[in-house]
Amino acid sequence: MKTTNFLLVGVGGQGTLLASNVLAEVGLRAGYEVKKSEVHGMAQRGGSVSSHVRWGQTVFSPLIGAGEVDILVAFERLEALRYLSMLRPGARVLVNDYAIVPMSVTAGDAVYPSREEIVATLRQVTPEVHLIDGIAIAEALGNARVNNVVILGALSQWLEVDAALWETVITERVPSRYKELNIEAFRRGRARP
Amino acid sequence: MKRLLSGNEAVAYGAWAAGVQVAAGYPGTPSTEILETFAPFPNVYAEWSVNEKVAVDVAIGAAYAGRRAMATMKHVGLNVAADSFFYVSFTGAEAGLLIVVADDPALHSSQNEQDTRRYARFARVPCLDPADSQEAHDMVAAGLELSEQFDTPVLLRLTTRVSHSSTAVQVREERKQIDKGAGWKYPRNPTKYVMVPANAARRHPLVEERTQRIAEWAETCPLNRAEFNDPRLGIVACGVAYQYAKEVFPNASFLKLGLTFPLPRRLIHDFAARVERLIVIEELDPCLEEEIKLMGIACEGKSIFPLCGEFSPHVVRASAIKAGLISTPDLTNSANGEIKTPPLPPRPPILCPGCPHRPVFVALRKLKLPVNGDIGCYTLGMLPPLNALHTCGCMGAGIGVAHGASVQPPIAPPASPPASPPASTGSTGDAERHVAVIGDSTFFHTGMPALLNVAYNKSNVIVNIMDNRVTAMTGHQHNPGTGKTLQGEDVPQIEFEPLVRTMGIKHVTTVDSYRYAEVEAAFKAALERDEPSVIVTRRECALLPQARKNYLPLRVDTNKCVACYTCIRTGCPALRKSTTEIYEKTGKPKSDIDPLLCTGCELCAQVCPTGAILFRAQVLAEREEKAQ
Repeated sequence: MKTTNFLLVGVGGQGTLLASNVLAEVGLRAGYEVKKSEVHGMAQRGGSVSSHVRWGQTVFSPLIGAGEVDILVAFERLEALRYLSMLRPGARVLVNDYAIVPMSVTAGDAVYPSREEIVATLRQVTPEVHLIDGIAIAEALGNARVNNVVILGALSQWLEVDAALWETVITERVPSRYKELNIEAFRRGRARP
Repeated sequence: MKRLLSGNEAVAYGAWAAGVQVAAGYPGTPSTEILETFAPFPNVYAEWSVNEKVAVDVAIGAAYAGRRAMATMKHVGLNVAADSFFYVSFTGAEAGLLIVVADDPALHSSQNEQDTRRYARFARVPCLDPADSQEAHDMVAAGLELSEQFDTPVLLRLTTRVSHSSTAVQVREERKQIDKGAGWKYPRNPTKYVMVPANAARRHPLVEERTQRIAEWAETCPLNRAEFNDPRLGIVACGVAYQYAKEVFPNASFLKLGLTFPLPRRLIHDFAARVERLIVIEELDPCLEEEIKLMGIACEGKSIFPLCGEFSPHVVRASAIKAGLISTPDLTNSANGEIKTPPLPPRPPILCPGCPHRPVFVALRKLKLPVNGDIGCYTLGMLPPLNALHTCGCMGAGIGVAHGASVQPPIAPPASPPASPPASTGSTGDAERHVAVIGDSTFFHTGMPALLNVAYNKSNVIVNIMDNRVTAMTGHQHNPGTGKTLQGEDVPQIEFEPLVRTMGIKHVTTVDSYRYAEVEAAFKAALERDEPSVIVTRRECALLPQARKNYLPLRVDTNKCVACYTCIRTGCPALRKSTTEIYEKTGKPKSDIDPLLCTGCELCAQVCPTGAILFRAQVLAEREEKAQ
């Protein structure tokens, strides 16, 4: 069984950690050895956050080596680019088509790269760059904040795990009153081409 | 069944199963979740103590009283608790005592990097160093057994990547029953427990001898393990560094040390004799390397691998390639070295939208005062565009540092002038008024003695207690000001105002952090007086559930916005420049608010000079109009 290395990245507060918890738990229940690593605390206050998840037969390191990421999931466009050096050539990249403008850009000290520039840069490493408008899909369901679960749904298409298992784990991890919303968000994401 | 647990969660499960009855700690990344996970278990007592020193004393007290006990903290917490940590090494206890300390290589959320294994040797306390969650779980029980067998406290040293990585754990479901028997009584044993010089002097040789006995035990204990493979390369490793090394050197021989103090001499000599080249892979300090060299064994460590920062598979691989240990290509360079990327705007952590600290820093920036900060979310007040915090050292330091800047020798010339007149009779250095900002929990932690010192020694420091009603940065823990304990019991809230008045501060003002004009006025009033004052700026953290219920995104009235960016200079992440609206007179984009991020704190609306940002009442009125 080949090890699959997932890197989930975003901005603190976006739900990156929830998504990686779900992904890790799904892997464990699907029979893999799973390791997951992330950082809490000050880094979560609106800064760049990343979470490493590894599924495999035998996994030693909880961190993925540079150049060994198989699947990058970015909940924000710019953050996808920040982890370029972590990608394996030909890695699959899933990007939430959403920008949170960093203070350095608002202040005029830096420029936020355009969508086209971000995609073109990623495509130098891999042709498999997929943008998904998670916010719009989530807003259509009435709550933009579930965009992270939409993205998980899209990710799930690439993995040989039953949708039912994903939905079980998501149900366990979200407040009960948001259960149906999150399941619907997952299904919409999974139904994306 | 195996569960996916973080290292911190695994310690909590392990502690419950090992019969830990009392646990005390102070929140600190990356250690916080240990007690949060432990507290809800049945038949345990767990508390957030006011600081780490108190927590260690509480755990010691419980262990003296015959109950297995645990104290938890981050690495710098052990500095606060060091005094207690050292005496308990001399006294030992009546039941197992585990001090759990989480180091933070790479300073993800800390003011320094320090290696707790140094404390182990310093205080002659054995140290366990788990490499994943299963080991963290198992080493709790092993540590408590070790503690009781040798009458010593035991350190369980975690690092960020052990604490915050999740790996599968076979949890022990049955709880060990600790029974001292009905006749057991609290020890009246002054030669062991009263550390006056005469008694302590008799304990010291016993402690040294104990360390020798533990080192002997370490030769065969299951915590240390040799894995013989290719004899050309032998690696001594501990903690998570072992995992990285296994990825990079899959065929090497390993001596994996779970007990990193004291070290097993014969085991190491034997391992070294069976390999051609010996290297040591350990994060932070060369603790193992130095001890192994002192044994007269040739080895390499920090000449190959970095002293600073944390390791990763990449760091270990790159170092190994540089040293010629392996010839596999560095995947990063070969794959992505030639890739061109646009410049990436940095995204450091930042005060959240709606953070109640922001209005205070906007006021302090305007007043241009030197501000001595402390440890908490509000340390982020240092960042642009606020730039309103100028020092931060450790928990509780800010008030003392502000006091030190505010005291000076008398300016008047002495009554009997010295033989040669001084070059200047005036004072030198800083003449500004100082503000010390400190969070509610940090004030209780170590701010109180420093404020007492301000009152007693009469400086004119303005102390701002930034009371956001919770210990925020570590993820919302209770403290004496919140009215609840770690285990959910309701307790009286300790109020700052009577507390600081009793400590001798006459001028005490409380303002709502969200009322910008009042915040600014409070500081101005304090500046009028050449005396110490305390300003309590109070407003719950915007991430607390009760605050979240009141989120109401505001809106920019584009007819009124003149693109002056006063709002953006508050540093709120919800404010941005519009991609569609341009102010014609200057050609600059108007301000815009991200409705997904805005909480409706109204700071931007209050500082806007043209009234272009709608207040909550206006937004609500607009909504009603639309509904009709």
